[in-house]
Amino acid sequence: MPEHTFRVNGEQVTVDVAGDVRLLWVLRDILGITGPKYGCGINVCKACTSHLNGKAVNPCAIPVQDLQPTDEVTTIEGLAATVGRDLHPMQQAWLDHDVAQCGYCQPGQIMAAVALVRRVAAEGRSITDADLDGLRNICRCGTYPRIREAIRAGAEDM
Amino acid sequence: MTGPQDDGPGSAIGRRRFLGYVLAAPTLVAAAELAPARAGASAPAGAGALAAPELTELVDLNDLMTAAALPTSNLISVEVRQDGTVAFALPRAEVGQGITTSTAMLIAEELSVPLDRVRVTLADARPELVFNQLTGGSNTTIATYTPIRVAAAVARQRLLTAAAAELGTDAGNLTIEDGVVKDRAGRSVGIGALASKAASTRTERVSVELAPRESFTVIGRPHNRVDALDAVTGRKKFAMDLDVPDAKPAMVCRPPTINGKVGSVANLAQVRAMPGVTDVVTISTGVAVRAETFGQCVDAVRALQVSWRPGTAEGKSDASVLRQLEAAELPMGLRPPTPVVEGKFTFYFRSNSALEPNCAIADVRAGRAEIWSALKSPIVAQQAIAAKLGLPAGKVTVHVTEGGGSFGRKLFFDAALEAAEMSQKIGKPVKLMWHRADDSRQGRTHPMATSRVRVAYLGDTVLSYKQRHTSVSTDLGHGLGEIITALAARLPVGDIGFAQTFFHLSQATSYRFGAVSRLLSETDKGFNTGSMRNVYSPDVTCARELIVDQLAARMGKDPYRFRRDFLQDDRSRAVLAKVAEAGNWGRSMAPGTAQGIAFHAEYKSVSAALVEIDCRPATVDRPIRDGVTGPRVTKVVFAVDVGLAVNPRGLEAQMMGCVMDGIALALTSSLHLRDGHFLEASWDNYFYTRQWNTPPELQVIVMPSTSDQPGGAGELGVAASMAAVACAYGRATGTMPTSFPINHGTLSFTPKPTVPPIPPSPTDGLDHAR
Repeated sequence: MPEHTFRVNGEQVTVDVAGDVRLLWVLRDILGITGPKYGCGINVCKACTSHLNGKAVNPCAIPVQDLQPTDEVTTIEGLAATVGRDLHPMQQAWLDHDVAQCGYCQPGQIMAAVALVRRVAAEGRSITDADLDGLRNICRCGTYPRIREAIRAGAEDM
Repeated sequence: MTGPQDDGPGSAIGRRRFLGYVLAAPTLVAAAELAPARAGASAPAGAGALAAPELTELVDLNDLMTAAALPTSNLISVEVRQDGTVAFALPRAEVGQGITTSTAMLIAEELSVPLDRVRVTLADARPELVFNQLTGGSNTTIATYTPIRVAAAVARQRLLTAAAAELGTDAGNLTIEDGVVKDRAGRSVGIGALASKAASTRTERVSVELAPRESFTVIGRPHNRVDALDAVTGRKKFAMDLDVPDAKPAMVCRPPTINGKVGSVANLAQVRAMPGVTDVVTISTGVAVRAETFGQCVDAVRALQVSWRPGTAEGKSDASVLRQLEAAELPMGLRPPTPVVEGKFTFYFRSNSALEPNCAIADVRAGRAEIWSALKSPIVAQQAIAAKLGLPAGKVTVHVTEGGGSFGRKLFFDAALEAAEMSQKIGKPVKLMWHRADDSRQGRTHPMATSRVRVAYLGDTVLSYKQRHTSVSTDLGHGLGEIITALAARLPVGDIGFAQTFFHLSQATSYRFGAVSRLLSETDKGFNTGSMRNVYSPDVTCARELIVDQLAARMGKDPYRFRRDFLQDDRSRAVLAKVAEAGNWGRSMAPGTAQGIAFHAEYKSVSAALVEIDCRPATVDRPIRDGVTGPRVTKVVFAVDVGLAVNPRGLEAQMMGCVMDGIALALTSSLHLRDGHFLEASWDNYFYTRQWNTPPELQVIVMPSTSDQPGGAGELGVAASMAAVACAYGRATGTMPTSFPINHGTLSFTPKPTVPPIPPSPTDGLDHAR
C-alpha cells in the first residue's frame, strides 16, 4: 500500500493506507487522534474542523494523498502548541464562558473560531455579527449564544 | 430505605434526617438507597401477570429477583479515596445536560470538599436498580438530589468520627473545610489520610442529618462544567473515541424505505475484496460491513448491490399520514351554545438527531458480551441484547459512555443491538456507527401529530378547554428503564394505556379555564419514533398558547395581561411577569416585527418566554448558502423557576439549548415523508437552528429558589420557546400559523438518492480551506 507523509501537531507522520482514504479517518482510525469528530462525513456539520497550514479545513473531505510532506495539520489536540501555552486563548475563552454542553462539536467549533479570528485580523478588521452568522458548525445542544460571546472574548486575547 | 426519619411533627431536623449505610470496604464507602424498594418488588408480580412467552425468553427472573432481594443491592455509593478524591458512579447518562457537574456539586456540598476533587463517572448497567437507571423525563436531579447527599453525609459523619479518634477530641469540635478536617486548636487532617481509618469492616446502617439549605455554599451557586477542560482540549471520550482492541469500524448498508429488509446481495464477494474491508454480513437491519477505516466502510456500503424487500411505511407520504391522523381523530363533541375559539394545528415529523450519530462498540465472544455506548436505558439495552444474542443477561456487560447529545434519541439502543448482532455473526469486535444519512432516514423521529383545541367562554370567563391530540404512535418501548415494563409497553393494550398515561402525567392545567379535558389518540406503528426532548409538550403547548392569543383578542385583552389574569398561582405569574418586564413587553415594534409571549409548566418547574421576531422580506430572504433563513428571532427573554436550582449556570445553558430547539421546531426543522422514506439526509437538509438563526439577544433569568427541592430542567424550556416564537410570528404577520414548522411547505434542498443509501465522501476539502 502507498505511504503518505505529512505533519500532525508538530510531528512528522507516515501512514500506510490507500490514498483516497479521507484525512479524518487517517487521523481517527489509524493515528488515534480523536479530537476531530464525525457528524456528517460530507463537509456540512464541520465537527471535524482542523487546521491545514493555519487555515480551517474539514478532514472528512480531504483524501490523504492530497497532503504534502511539509503540510502541517493541526487538530484540537495541537492547538495550544500554536501559542506555546497549556491552552490557546480561544480554549480559555470557551472555559470562561462555560460553552460546552455535550462537547461533541466543540473541538470543531474552537478550530473554526480560531481560523475566523485569524482571517478577520488579516483583513484588518474586527469580528462582526455577520461573521458569526457565517459560521456553519452545527451545535445540536444549541450553545450558539455562548459560542458567539466566547469568540469575541477569545479574539481579544489572541 | 431512604426516607426522612420521624423526629416529631414539623421538625426541620426531622425532615433532613435520613438513613444511609457504611459499606464493608478497605476505604470509606458510604451509601444510600436510590429510591423506595417498591420498584423491585413489583417487577416479578408484573411478569407473572403478563405471562407472555417472549417474556420468559427475555427475562432471567431468578437473576432479577435474587439481585432485588439483596438488602444493599440498590444502593448508590460515595467512595473516599486515600488521595483525597471522592468517587461516585452515577447511574444515569450524561449527554450534555450537565448532571455530572450538578452531582459533583451535591457531593462537594455535603462533604465540604473542593468540586475538582469529586470524580463522577457513569455506572455500567445495573439491573438490580430495576426502574432506577433511566435518564429521561428531566428526572435525574429530582430523583437523585436526596440520595446522593445522604451518601455524602454518611461519609462526612464517618470522617469526622475517624478524625476525632485521630486527634483525640470530640467529633463535635471538628469541622471540614476544603477536604480537610480541623479542630478548634488549629490541628488538621486531610480526608485522604482518614479514608482507610474511616472504612468499615462490616456494612452498617446509620442515621445522618443533611446540611440545611441556609448553609449551602456550593448548591445554588453557578459552577462551570466539570468536564469542560476535557471538552475544549479534545480529551473528552465518546464511544467512537474509545480504543477497544480489534474493534474496527463498521457501518450498515440500509434500505431505501423505512425499515425495509434485505432480499439478496448481488456482489458480496466483490465488496469483501475491496481495500480495507474485513467482513460483510447481513444483519436484521441491512448489510453490515467492517473495515480498517470508516472511510472504507462508506465506500463498501455504497458499492453493495442489494435487492430490498418492503418496509413498514411503504408508499406513505406527509399527505397520506395526515389523512390517517384525521381518521384517528377523536370527536370534539357538540359545540357549546356559548362563543368558542377553535383551532387545528399540524406538526410534521422531526428528527431528534444528536450530532454524535447512533453508535456502539460490541465485543461478543462465546458465552459473553461487552458493549460500550451512550445509553439512557442501559438495563433494557442489556436485557434486549442478551435476548438477541441468546445469552443470560448477567453475561452481557454494558458500559455507559459519555454521549454527544441525545434529545431523546439515546433512550433507544438501536446501534448497540446492531453492533452486538454483527459482532456475534463475524466473531470479531466492531465499532459500529450510523452515517448521518442513516440517522435522518432510518433513525428515530418525533411523530407527526395534529392538535385540535376548542375553548368556550362567556364574557370574561373561560368555561371549558378541550384539546384532542392525535399522533403517529410514539415508541415508549424503552419503558421505565426495565425490561418487563418495556415489554408491557409493546403489547397493544398496554402501550395505548402507557402512552395515554404518559400524556396525562406530562400535561398540566396552568390556566383557570373551567372544565379542562385533554386526550391523546395514536395511530400507525410503522415509524421509528421516540420521545424527542419535551415529548408531547412543545406541540400541545404551542397549540394551546396560539389559541390563548386568539382568546385574549376576542376578550379585548393584551396577551400578557390575559395570561397573568388566568394563571393559577403566584410562581407561574412571577415568571411571566419577569419576562414581560425584562423584555419590555408591549414596546412599539416596526410593521412585520412583533413580540410573542408564552408559558409552560412541567417537571415541578414553571417557565415563560418572550420572543421578538422579524418577518420582514429583507430578513426572510437574506441569502445563506444551503441554509434556510426565513424569519429571524431577534431577541428571547426566558425566565425559569425550577424550585431549587442546583447549578444556575448549567440551568441557564439548558434553557439556552431549549430556546434553540423551540426556534427550530416553530420555524425550520422537519422531515419530509415521500413514498415511504424521509427526504432529509444531511444537516443542510434538516434545518436545525444554525448561527444565522440564533437570536442576537438572549437573556435567561433563573428565578430565586422557591423550594427546598429541585424540579426538572433538561427539557423544560422547549415548549414555551416554540409557543412564543409561533405567537410572535402570528402577531408579526397577522395570521395565526397552523402548520409547523412554518417553512415545511417549501422544500429547500435537492434530496439525495436513496440508493446507495449514503452520499459519497467529498474530495474537494483543500479547495475550501479558509
